[in-house]
Amino acid sequence: MSDAIIPALPRPAPPRRLGHAGFWLAAAAAAAILILALRGMGSEYAYFAATFVLQYVVLATAWNILGGYAGYVNFGAAAFFAAGAYTTVAVGKAFGLGLLPCIGIAAMVGGALGLGTGILTLRLRGAYFAIATLCLSVVLQTFIVNWSYVGGSRGAYILRPRDVPFGFDSYGGYLCAVVLVLAAAAIAIARSIEVSRLGLGLAALRDDEAAAEAAGVPTLRLKLIATSISGAMMAVAGAPLPYLGSYIEPTSAFGLSYAVNAIAMPLIGGTASWAGPLIGAVLLSSLQQAATVTISSAANLLIVGVVLVVFVCVAPRGIIGLFRRRR
Amino acid sequence: MSDVVLRAHAVGKRFGGFTALSGIDLEVRAGERLGLIGPNGSGKSTFTNCLAGAFPSHDGSFTFKDAPLAGLKPHQRARQGLARTFQLPRPFRGLTVAENVRVPLSFGGRGAATMESAMACLESVDLAGKAHRMPKELTQVELRRLELARATALQPELLIVDEAMAGLSHTEVDQILALLFRLNEGGTTIIMIEHVMRAVTEFSQRLAVLVAGRKIADGPPADVLALPAVEEAYLGR
Ligand SMILES: Nc1ncnc2c1ncn2[C@@H]1O[C@H](COP(=O)(O)OP(=O)(O)OP(=O)(O)O)[C@@H](O)[C@H]1O
Ligand SMILES: [Mg+2]
Repeated sequence: MSDAIIPALPRPAPPRRLGHAGFWLAAAAAAAILILALRGMGSEYAYFAATFVLQYVVLATAWNILGGYAGYVNFGAAAFFAAGAYTTVAVGKAFGLGLLPCIGIAAMVGGALGLGTGILTLRLRGAYFAIATLCLSVVLQTFIVNWSYVGGSRGAYILRPRDVPFGFDSYGGYLCAVVLVLAAAAIAIARSIEVSRLGLGLAALRDDEAAAEAAGVPTLRLKLIATSISGAMMAVAGAPLPYLGSYIEPTSAFGLSYAVNAIAMPLIGGTASWAGPLIGAVLLSSLQQAATVTISSAANLLIVGVVLVVFVCVAPRGIIGLFRRRR
Repeated sequence: MSDVVLRAHAVGKRFGGFTALSGIDLEVRAGERLGLIGPNGSGKSTFTNCLAGAFPSHDGSFTFKDAPLAGLKPHQRARQGLARTFQLPRPFRGLTVAENVRVPLSFGGRGAATMESAMACLESVDLAGKAHRMPKELTQVELRRLELARATALQPELLIVDEAMAGLSHTEVDQILALLFRLNEGGTTIIMIEHVMRAVTEFSQRLAVLVAGRKIADGPPADVLALPAVEEAYLGR
């Protein structure tokens, strides 16, 4: 044993990526700069585009908690996203509640949906789990299409409140700020899961469930926690959607692009850490926003597809993986 | 608590029409060092899997520390102090060596999951120098030792070591033997499944022999190895 002859000193632990205080300072600074820049532009379109991007940051970060940390590929992101959007429609219509309480209720609906899906499907692995989650999307969409209270297949109009919340120059600005806070919260949650005992357990079961069980990891319970958190956060991502477009209908709310983007963004950015979905979401959604303006929205999925194929070939660990050689 | 830490009663396992294990009765006393031997395919790993809860069902029953194991998931058995290694090492490939050990430290429910305890655990298998490497950077021998480190991190009462020494050099076998003796002196009961006869005979206070899924002998090593049936199973094939 060479190690026994020359006592090898343990390599120093890799530097911690960012302290908590540092992370929050950086996040607050980035948020402030973004808000000020958008205010400076003062255009509703700038708010819309930023909200669009940030909503994908929430969605991709949420998807990654199950798909990246635990390794369970969920093809049903659109179902959770739309569940959040339709919670806003239904709860708003039934109780006249504003956006913020609707987001809270969407989290509960998404969490319950995630837990239920988990209980039904988590004994399945790999492709079977993916297909099961795809089915969830179909089932839920059929349900919404036949639920006339929320507009059925015709869709529903949602009016933005007349009075803009204090301190904001427009409702679009308010919406953007709300989604910005949601994005920061999503990243904070993902980040704390990553360094927590839960994150360690998920990483273990992602690599080998039998070995994780043998090491004392309650794999089923951790997977249920992950599906619930992920589901709740994906629904939260969708909750502001009705206000963003003022009109919502099932075909677009359950659109393929949400399911595909939720998967593609973390994959492109890197699934191992919170920064991956963030980078992937900002990059891909900006690209799609630009394409919608310059070419047509029909080009969006094509762009995602091409970028994804390139990354799978060139950088299988995503952009983060390119910069950070394995920890 | 009685002197017997593990009691297997009429344990059997079929894969389809194939009987891999049948009617196994086995008692292991607390603090004992038991060697479990048998030719390839005789059911040793299958027995380990049944005991650890890796199969949803099997015939017969186990009693561990006077309580039945039936219905307990593998992780619950692990937390009760029943640790096993895998015959083919199964490291968590996305985690560093130290993180691999932190998993049982965090989830085993015994003691703190600090970096110090992880390092101490790696120290005991001579892997401390590779704490921040990835499993794919380890040699086969080192992976075996990581497998052992992960099992011992559970601080188990009973440890089943499934062929930790195949393919190891003389000195490497001695290192692992020393580690297992040390654990045993600390009170851990150990079942050693092994083909390296030198290691089993040196280590075991008692030998049990499986052949084609049945236990054909159980007793002091010298007596067991002298049995014609055992000799036949090993040499007469
Ligand atoms: N999951 C399984 N499905 C089907 N057959 C299995 C399974 N696991 C084991 N077997 C069969 O059961 C028999 C016993 O296998 P087992 O792995 O327990 O033997 P072993 O005594 O550990 O052998 P070795 O010394 O080679 O490790 C073998 O014939 C094997 O092919
Ligand atoms: Mg075996």
